[in-house]
Amino acid sequence: MDEKFIEISKLYKSFYNKKQKIEVLKGIDLSVEKGEIYGIVGFSGAGKSTLVRCINRLEEPDSGMVKIGAQEITSLGKAALNEQRRKIGMIFQQFNLFDSMTVEKNIAYPLKLTGVTGKEADARVEEMLNLVGLTEKKNAYPGELSGGQKQRVGIARALANRPDVLLSDEATSALDPQTTLSVLDLLKEINQKLGLTIILITHELEVIKYTCHRMAVMEDGKLLEQGLVEDIFSHPQCETARNFIRVYNQFRNDYQKEEVR
Amino acid sequence: MSLYKYSFFEVLMHSFSAEVWAQVLPAISETMYMVGVSSIFVLVFGIILGLVLVMTSKEGLVPCKVIHTILGAIINCFRSLPQVIIIIVMLPVARALVGKSYGSNACIISLVASCVPLFARLVESSLLEIDKGKIEAAKAMGSGNMRILFTIMVPETLPSLIRAFTNAVVIVISMTALAGSFGAGGIGYIAVTYGYTRFQHDLLFATIIVLIVIVQAVQIVGDTLSKIILKKRHLI
Repeated sequence: MDEKFIEISKLYKSFYNKKQKIEVLKGIDLSVEKGEIYGIVGFSGAGKSTLVRCINRLEEPDSGMVKIGAQEITSLGKAALNEQRRKIGMIFQQFNLFDSMTVEKNIAYPLKLTGVTGKEADARVEEMLNLVGLTEKKNAYPGELSGGQKQRVGIARALANRPDVLLSDEATSALDPQTTLSVLDLLKEINQKLGLTIILITHELEVIKYTCHRMAVMEDGKLLEQGLVEDIFSHPQCETARNFIRVYNQFRNDYQKEEVR
Repeated sequence: MSLYKYSFFEVLMHSFSAEVWAQVLPAISETMYMVGVSSIFVLVFGIILGLVLVMTSKEGLVPCKVIHTILGAIINCFRSLPQVIIIIVMLPVARALVGKSYGSNACIISLVASCVPLFARLVESSLLEIDKGKIEAAKAMGSGNMRILFTIMVPETLPSLIRAFTNAVVIVISMTALAGSFGAGGIGYIAVTYGYTRFQHDLLFATIIVLIVIVQAVQIVGDTLSKIILKKRHLI
């Protein structure tokens, strides 16, 4: 640990709505260490999704730099970017599985891009299915799966090319609490097993508390606070963080009262 | 047999007679030939144009305003013309391409000119139905544009594309009948020359029956194919 693995500096991004300019990212500086799970929390519209999508340039930043390892992502040409994207896994809120392919084909899709074929691809798919615990669903179509199973396939597909980084864009936000927990356990497991660096975007503070090592609080296109999860939970500095934690504690207290009753 | 001399029922019964079908059957094979060949052309060119429209659109994979606008405008021009007018306009083109302005092959040219733009628009709207997230997922994996088009967009929207093609074929069939009155032959020719000009209503009824059966069959095949795929993917 302790080495800067993902580095983001002075990242700006605006969208144009008719003639109005909307600044979504207003100078983001962030560094993530190798092998950690980094959480970014914020209310809807804070810009966290845009931030994570700038990392693999699904969204093109206006200015600033994104670096993963020694590779500067923001300076890559089209072909080189595609090459680099194969080393960055991504999972989504709506899973985005391909309905026309079986689970097996979904997981094998990224392998085709890197030229892994035949027996090697089969073995890799098998390994991924094992990892996410869906071996028996190999020949099922996504339409037959539950939300949690779909996200597991999403994770298997994202990991098939053995990426260095996994980007999670609200990956548990469409799941019920129990399924959320099992998906988060899986993320923690692969983080430990494979030493995978994970950046996790969410609006649910409990997700961060349960999963992440370090975190950042985002509001209105800026990172207000960054640090260890336990530090921010015990001494929140900014108003947004205090708000989040107040709501979080209130929920928990209410929940505990219910339990006692 | 005319409705002016015989009752409706008598004419209808006679429309099933061997005498009538001796004339209708060769017309069916002519119609089938025109519909078949035109549909293949419509499928190929319609898909190509539809894909280009979607790819070059503002939210497409390779946005190109110039191509998108020009292609869209040309398609709209063809689509603004009623089918009768397209047939008339295409007569000299047909003469230049196949040597004569009447007959099945000349008809195919005006069918294609009329139905390709229509099918291109249907393909476009089918492809636009795709969940943008799927394209994004493929992009995030480092998939190139052409690969996304042919391994994600087309297969994912296949059931909808099949329905679109079914609609296009049905329109090709109805247009074949129309072209019949411009010397294209086939079912339409029988209906116009015998049913309209000579009051042989038994022949007219026979052509109606044939058209209904053909269109019904095409629709059933299309619907079934699309349903089989959706069922296989557990989407219905």
